[in-house]
Amino acid sequence: MWLELENVVRRFGERSAVNGLSMRLAKGSIGCLLGPSGCGKTTALRCIAGFEAVDAGVIRAHGRVLASQDFHSPPESRQIGMVFQDYALFPHLTVLDNVAFGLHRLERSKRRRRAEEILDTVGLAEHRSHYPHQLSGGQQQRVALARALAPEPQIVLLDEPFSSLDVELRERLSLEVRSVLKALDTTALLVTHDQQEAFAVADVVGVMKDGRLEQWDTPYQLYHRPETRFVADFIGQGVFIPGEVVAAGSVRTELGVVRANGNGKWQSGRPVDLLLRPDDVIHDDASTLRAEVCQRAFRGAEFLYTLKLASGVQLLSLVPSHHDHAVGEHIGIRIEPDHVVAFPRD
Amino acid sequence: MSAAVVQPETRRAWRDPLSVALAVVLCLPALVPLLVIAHASLSPEAEVWAHLSRYVLPEVTVNTIKLLIGVALLSGIVGTALAWLTSICEFPGRRFFDWALLLPLAIPTYVLAFVAVGFLDFAGPLQTWLRAWTGTSAWVPKIRSTGGVIVVLSLALYPYVYLLARTAFLTQGRRALEAAQTLGYGRAAATWKVALPMARPWIAAGIALVCMETLADFGAVSVFNYNTFTTAIYRAWFGMFSVSAALELAGVLLLFVIAAFAFERSSRAGARFASGRDVTRAATRLQLGPVGRWGAFAGAALVLALAFVLPLLQLLIWSAKNVSDIDSRYWGFIARSLILAGSAAVVIVLAGLALAYIERRRSSTSMRLLVRLATLGYAIPGTVLAVGIAVPLVLLNNQLQGWLRAWMGESAPVLLLQGTLLAVLIAYLARFLTVGFNPIESGLQRVTRSIDEAAASLGVVGTELIRKVHVPLLRTSLATAATLVFVDVMKEMPITLITRPPGWDTLAVRVWEMTSEGEWERAALPAVAIVLVGLIPAALLTRRGAHVA
Repeated sequence: MWLELENVVRRFGERSAVNGLSMRLAKGSIGCLLGPSGCGKTTALRCIAGFEAVDAGVIRAHGRVLASQDFHSPPESRQIGMVFQDYALFPHLTVLDNVAFGLHRLERSKRRRRAEEILDTVGLAEHRSHYPHQLSGGQQQRVALARALAPEPQIVLLDEPFSSLDVELRERLSLEVRSVLKALDTTALLVTHDQQEAFAVADVVGVMKDGRLEQWDTPYQLYHRPETRFVADFIGQGVFIPGEVVAAGSVRTELGVVRANGNGKWQSGRPVDLLLRPDDVIHDDASTLRAEVCQRAFRGAEFLYTLKLASGVQLLSLVPSHHDHAVGEHIGIRIEPDHVVAFPRD
Repeated sequence: MSAAVVQPETRRAWRDPLSVALAVVLCLPALVPLLVIAHASLSPEAEVWAHLSRYVLPEVTVNTIKLLIGVALLSGIVGTALAWLTSICEFPGRRFFDWALLLPLAIPTYVLAFVAVGFLDFAGPLQTWLRAWTGTSAWVPKIRSTGGVIVVLSLALYPYVYLLARTAFLTQGRRALEAAQTLGYGRAAATWKVALPMARPWIAAGIALVCMETLADFGAVSVFNYNTFTTAIYRAWFGMFSVSAALELAGVLLLFVIAAFAFERSSRAGARFASGRDVTRAATRLQLGPVGRWGAFAGAALVLALAFVLPLLQLLIWSAKNVSDIDSRYWGFIARSLILAGSAAVVIVLAGLALAYIERRRSSTSMRLLVRLATLGYAIPGTVLAVGIAVPLVLLNNQLQGWLRAWMGESAPVLLLQGTLLAVLIAYLARFLTVGFNPIESGLQRVTRSIDEAAASLGVVGTELIRKVHVPLLRTSLATAATLVFVDVMKEMPITLITRPPGWDTLAVRVWEMTSEGEWERAALPAVAIVLVGLIPAALLTRRGAHVA
């Protein structure tokens, strides 16, 4: 494994910001730590970069130990690049000099060539002699990326790299960043609280809570096979409805028995909460199962309806936008989950 | 001023003749001396110029350049190093030194100068003591030397560099340093490659201010008998009674000032762009090793002792010896200092307020230019302003006198405009309008247009708006402005010396008289009063500094 964290702990006084974090990232892949603010993701990143010491556990990268309880390799010798949330570009240097800053071990002519090459990769060749304050936010972000990538670090860390950009730019740049990282075959770890961003950039995403990982998986698995209730809640939309396990992969609810190709990890008779995503609840006029429209949000291609069952339980349903129903109307629905995701009820 | 509410920005400034006229009048005190001097420099009297260029200019030019380079280097190094230590590193007493190192601002250069000379001179306590105990004091370097002036001025002026460099180090945050570390630089190398270059515009601006103060200095160099432009102007004025020689010298000095001023402006522009976006506080200070910690402590303590503690002690000791000098004359010096400083504060705060409102109402390019011109005076040395204002006042006076004679004949009263408080106050206004204007302007900037509009929407406009909203919001700014002007005028020496009416001796004038006779000990008593008053703005600054920290 190219980057490996083993039970890493980082305490600030009494509080553990990172509390037994373990993860592995393969060479050339892009990972992401995703979580709400205060979950310890940025601290984890700063431990990997070397700005924070590790109170317990081990951080290994490209075959050597970077940090453990009694060892701390300084940030400058870790060969880990970093893109800061506020970019931290050097205001007194031009774009080209910013990018060349980390190339001090190369000789002068090579330094310049390498810096120009990487600026070309991020599409900023024509801005090489500008100063950071003359660039737009998105351009500054790309300079920061180029600066981090220029010395060909073993790993690049990105701390909330898109948070100071507006929404439209965020989407475009996140795809661009992914393609640059992939083109250079870089191993990268991103930290964000925005799942769209995480899904757009990363191959593997870890959802963090209270300083440790809840699940480390592909975006698809996180959405469809959340392993904990927190992940199910945090990723995507959906509601929990009460039910009872009747057999492997089947749960009985007031909507009937929901069957899917799930695993049978619960014993029958066990009370559970079943996760229903908006795309699991399908609008079907022919269905006998009816629900009342409580709220509707028009999203262009589809409506997101909030529906109420006779029992008062609410569901979310994603419906193609030509099915235009008013609030108060009763519509037919069908439950068709791909995966049964259920958690024991407390 | 009631019309301050909702004025369309597009309205041309020139349609508001009253504001424009007022702004133009406020420009005159700074502008007229410049024009008078420029005129004199462009049409020099051949004889005077020949004399100057042969006997005066070579010496004072070389002296001034030596002084500028020395003071810029020494104060730059001391100020930057101390700022770096107190804002980035951790060492014993750091929190105390952080503000205490600003205290030397309270001691005017001429006071530090006469204390140093009085203490270290052949007849001073140190050498006397050395001779008594070791038989000789011949090895003590001469204090009245180029090196001596440079050290004294640097000790008095380094706080300008310290203050600006400190702001730079505190606001540049730690992200830039961390970024350098991820790019393979150690902590020390990162400081050298990133922290210092990023702070460079501030440091340069600080040094430029120091250069302007050095060029303007009159009192300290007089104490050292070190001839510069300011002392040469004074001598031409009072010694040679040569107005044109004084004006010519002022013209050459202005060239130096313009260079320093341009340097300062361009540095500030750099600082604007170079300010980092993040203002993260440095959570982890650089932990120095035992040698570094105590070395830092010793360095900071030494500077503070030399620039503030020891001079103040010496002043107090000398004052105690000369308590008998406290007589009716002494109270007279104090009273005249207070009257001058008080009336200058009132005049300048009113002028600053007017200018700030004009700028707010009519924010056009030409109006900003007028404001710039009006506040140019802080860059012009006091000797230059004094001479540049006295000369046209004499002309004006003679003109008026001529008219009066023509109209009233022999019974016309004798006018003497140049010998009245009017001349002094005009010169103060020219020199210190910036000092009063800046706090008022920044205070007024906080009173946004939407505040005016909110008040208007609640039915509060006109004078009521000013009374209920502006005055309460501006109260602190006005008080700050008045205090700063008051203290600066108390400390001021050359303008008072040259333009004061006969008999109007102030504390600063008394210091000058005593020091020019070498009576260091008797100069201490009036100087203590000046230093004590000078502590007020130093305290204001440290309080504001505490907010930055």
